[in-house]
Amino acid sequence: MTTRGKFTLLLASLAMVALSALLVSEPVSAAGEGKVTGTIKLDGTAPHQKPIDMSKEPSCAAQHSTPITTETVMGSNGGLQNVVIYISEGLSGAAATAVASQPQEINQKGCQYLPHVVAINPNEDMKVLNSDQTSHNIHPQPKNNHEWNKSQPPGAAPFDVKWEAEEVAIPVKCNIHPWMRGYIAVVKGPYAVSDDKGNFTLNNVPPGSYTLTAWQETYGTQTQKVTVAAGKPATADFTYKAK
Amino acid sequence: MGRTFAVILTLITVITVAVFVSHHWWFPEVASAHGVGMNDQFVETFIGAGIGFVLAQLALAVFAWRFGEKKGDSRKVRVFPGGAKGLVIFAFVYVGLEILGLAFVGQKVWADMYFTPPPSDATKVQVLAGQFAFYFRYPGPDGKFGPIHVDKIDEGTQNFFGIDTSEEGSKDDIVTAEVAVPVNRPVVLFLDSKDMDHGFYVRELRVQQDMVPGMEIPLHFTPTKVGRYDIACNQLCGLGHYNMRAFINVMSEPDYKTWLTQQAALQ
Repeated sequence: MTTRGKFTLLLASLAMVALSALLVSEPVSAAGEGKVTGTIKLDGTAPHQKPIDMSKEPSCAAQHSTPITTETVMGSNGGLQNVVIYISEGLSGAAATAVASQPQEINQKGCQYLPHVVAINPNEDMKVLNSDQTSHNIHPQPKNNHEWNKSQPPGAAPFDVKWEAEEVAIPVKCNIHPWMRGYIAVVKGPYAVSDDKGNFTLNNVPPGSYTLTAWQETYGTQTQKVTVAAGKPATADFTYKAK
Repeated sequence: MGRTFAVILTLITVITVAVFVSHHWWFPEVASAHGVGMNDQFVETFIGAGIGFVLAQLALAVFAWRFGEKKGDSRKVRVFPGGAKGLVIFAFVYVGLEILGLAFVGQKVWADMYFTPPPSDATKVQVLAGQFAFYFRYPGPDGKFGPIHVDKIDEGTQNFFGIDTSEEGSKDDIVTAEVAVPVNRPVVLFLDSKDMDHGFYVRELRVQQDMVPGMEIPLHFTPTKVGRYDIACNQLCGLGHYNMRAFINVMSEPDYKTWLTQQAALQ
């Protein structure tokens, strides 16, 4: 083979490697993807929530000028915050196995979990931080995944964890501060958690027909069918009835 | 050598006695009625044990001074010449009398706490310990604690006692993370634990009681001083034990009523 021939072969193989790397790194291509937007509402009045008394942990109590509550959070206009929205049926191929690259995090701050509800893909990185001046012992209590608990003294480095199996939702408690509670929803495909107005946007949804599921810690799950067309956002609103 | 030892021994004795007699090392303030009796009991024990301590130390020093080994000494060491019988009998009688005497004077303080039922008008509060916090429940205006449903206990929604607020008796119950009691009125706490042994210890009130799962142990006392005191768990209960605490607020009657009304509104 001539020198020129060798060079062409090398160039061609390099190009192939680069191309395959590109294909692997982008399992869900952004082109032609649709999205679903919507609002989660609560019909009626939210249950009374008792403020949390953190007096046993002064460094946390000092961080809240008005005592916080957990559980059902009503946003303005009756919007419901911290609702997980995901596609429970209809995903196939790359979209079903894609792992979001943006790592999720759960921060222990002011003796509460921020955010209160985290949604995550199986095998996606989750960072656990302690921003408090006190030790926490984070203890997720899954049914389908491996159960663990880990102490994090003040100033300790964050650590990463992953969840292998789908599970909606894993309750998280702190073994030192009994009032602390959070949830981790491990779901396949695109996910979203509603904001303080109850709004959500589900991005990177390939065109198709799906069953959308919303999960709320007090009111449970609701589903509805939705059809997504390329370049045209679909809408799906959910309404929970107050108990 | 014997003389140096005698001097050091005397110094140790004098300094030890001095820090107690001068009250340099002394008790924290007393904030309960029976606490005064407990302090008296401690003082009697100090005096009794102190006399024995001083006599023994000084006797040792005198003997070390007088009979300590000297240079060129050829005396033979003899242990208890004439036998130890007399000394043993003396120690037996002395310590025995001391213990009997303390038990006799202390029985009233003990009986007032443990053998006398609390007065019927005492403020009643349930205390539930769990890893790693204390929670308190007041019966509310109806004076009744509603039933506890273990399956309804959910810390995430702050139902620490597992009560059903729709039930008669539970409707007006007040659950708090700090306890407040009126000053100069008897209080009875019903102590229970939901997971393992914990301890309920308030230094200033001179109360200390184990909390045992499944046992409702009454503990009564009368606080006498307005203040905010630490409640510490003093049974090693796990990784958060060091952090298991709450506060007891001894308040004036009107302050207590205001506080209770505020807490009732938060339920």
